[in-house]
Amino acid sequence: MEKLINDFSYGLFFWQSLLFIVLLLLLRKFAWKPILNAIDEREEGIKSALEEAENARKEMQNLTADNERILKQARIERDALLKEAREMKESIISEAKGAAQIQATKVIEQAQATIQAEKQAAITDLKNQVAELSLGIAEKVVREELSDKNKQIKLVEDMLKEVTIS
Amino acid sequence: MYRINVVKTLTLLFLVITFSVNAQHEATKTSHEEKALPEKDFKTELKEEIRHHVKDSYYFDFNSNSETGEYNGFSLPVILFDDGLQVFMSSKFKHGKELAEVDGNYYKLYHNKIYKTDASGELSFDEHHHPTNIKPLDFSITKGVLSIIIVSLIVFLIFSSLAKSYAKNGSIPKGIGRFFEPLVIYIRDEIAIPSIGHKHYKKYMPFLLTVFFFIWFSNLIGITPFGMNITGNLAVTAALALLTFLITQFTSKKNYWLHIFWMPGVPWPMKIVLAPIELLGIFIKPFALMMRLYANIFAGHIVIYSILGLLFVFKSYIGGSLSFALALVISILELLVAILQAYIFTMLSALYFGFASEEHEMEHTE
Repeated sequence: MEKLINDFSYGLFFWQSLLFIVLLLLLRKFAWKPILNAIDEREEGIKSALEEAENARKEMQNLTADNERILKQARIERDALLKEAREMKESIISEAKGAAQIQATKVIEQAQATIQAEKQAAITDLKNQVAELSLGIAEKVVREELSDKNKQIKLVEDMLKEVTIS
Repeated sequence: MYRINVVKTLTLLFLVITFSVNAQHEATKTSHEEKALPEKDFKTELKEEIRHHVKDSYYFDFNSNSETGEYNGFSLPVILFDDGLQVFMSSKFKHGKELAEVDGNYYKLYHNKIYKTDASGELSFDEHHHPTNIKPLDFSITKGVLSIIIVSLIVFLIFSSLAKSYAKNGSIPKGIGRFFEPLVIYIRDEIAIPSIGHKHYKKYMPFLLTVFFFIWFSNLIGITPFGMNITGNLAVTAALALLTFLITQFTSKKNYWLHIFWMPGVPWPMKIVLAPIELLGIFIKPFALMMRLYANIFAGHIVIYSILGLLFVFKSYIGGSLSFALALVISILELLVAILQAYIFTMLSALYFGFASEEHEMEHTE
């Protein structure tokens, strides 16, 4: 120990302290700060890049999920639309059918009524004509019959006979 | 992969051993001839050499031979505070053989230390054989200081270029930064955040990173053949530990001092007993940091040098190759120790900072 103390070189101690501190300061300025900063920056860069990739992946997933959802919704909507359209078509058809039916029955009924009326009129007309005709005929026949006395008596007699018979 | 590596290492080892044994054989022959002159015990010489290596030096020598006075390397500036600033090159000492005279003051290099002497260069010794001459305040750029500067430059260049490559490359590291960036992230995620917590860790990061890479590179450069020894110096580890200590105290919150002086959750007699222990702990923690790093690296250097020295003690094929293999294994172990000690120092510093910045509510949630 005594030898160690005796051999201790103060000059070397001084120079070592001085040079080391100078080296420390120089390295801190020109080496360690830029190196550590660069490493930190790079690590941050890698970290953020990874995070970004992860985010992008998630976003991508979200997007595909969204797409699927939208597609599904669209399909449902389309189906609903189609169904509605079909129903509407059917209802229109059935309504039209009903309306047509009603119209047709109405027309038929009207036609029948007209036919009935025409028929009635025709019958009445015919009856009138027949009555006129038969009156004329009867007039002519009566005139013919009543021109001869004998014949008149005979007719009365026949008539009377007929009455009694019936 | 692993098997290929083992085979490679073994081949390399074999080649190196054959080569070194041959070289050693030659060296033995010549040294036998030389040894005829002043017979000096080889083992003590080796001891001196090792002791010399682990100590700081005023020269940067790659190899040397103190007998012939051959030194391959360069001298470094000496800076003394003694009657004003004295600056001269260490070559003036001629490796301790001559007095250095500057402005009428005489300095002598004795056992790697500078003493002030008179013109005659006489040193007076006490009973423990320590020189009693005045030691001037010494702020020399020694080998250790130069090594610290080199390591600091390397660390600064690597990490400032890494920092720049982010700007150019869009936050992606390039080249050598690819290797170092995970270490920076490791220190942040495995050391700083778990020990200090998310809230406060940022302000400690520069110190933790600097201390980790400084210690690691210092340890690594200590294994290179240039013979530098930075973290195996008590002064260096003391400076580092002192910084940890100061940062811990100056960033401490109320809760830290509460735990020291009035430990919550224990009966009051225990609180009184614990207070001095905890108070002592404040100083023991950085002291342990200092000693741990110093002792590990110092011991590693001594072991490698000793085992390499055995090569020249044995002077035989078997002993030589064995000690070489052992030195290789220990060197690989030292590579591991280099990063391990840097890790431990950083980890423990972070833990102490964590204690200091811990807040009351955090303590209960954890």
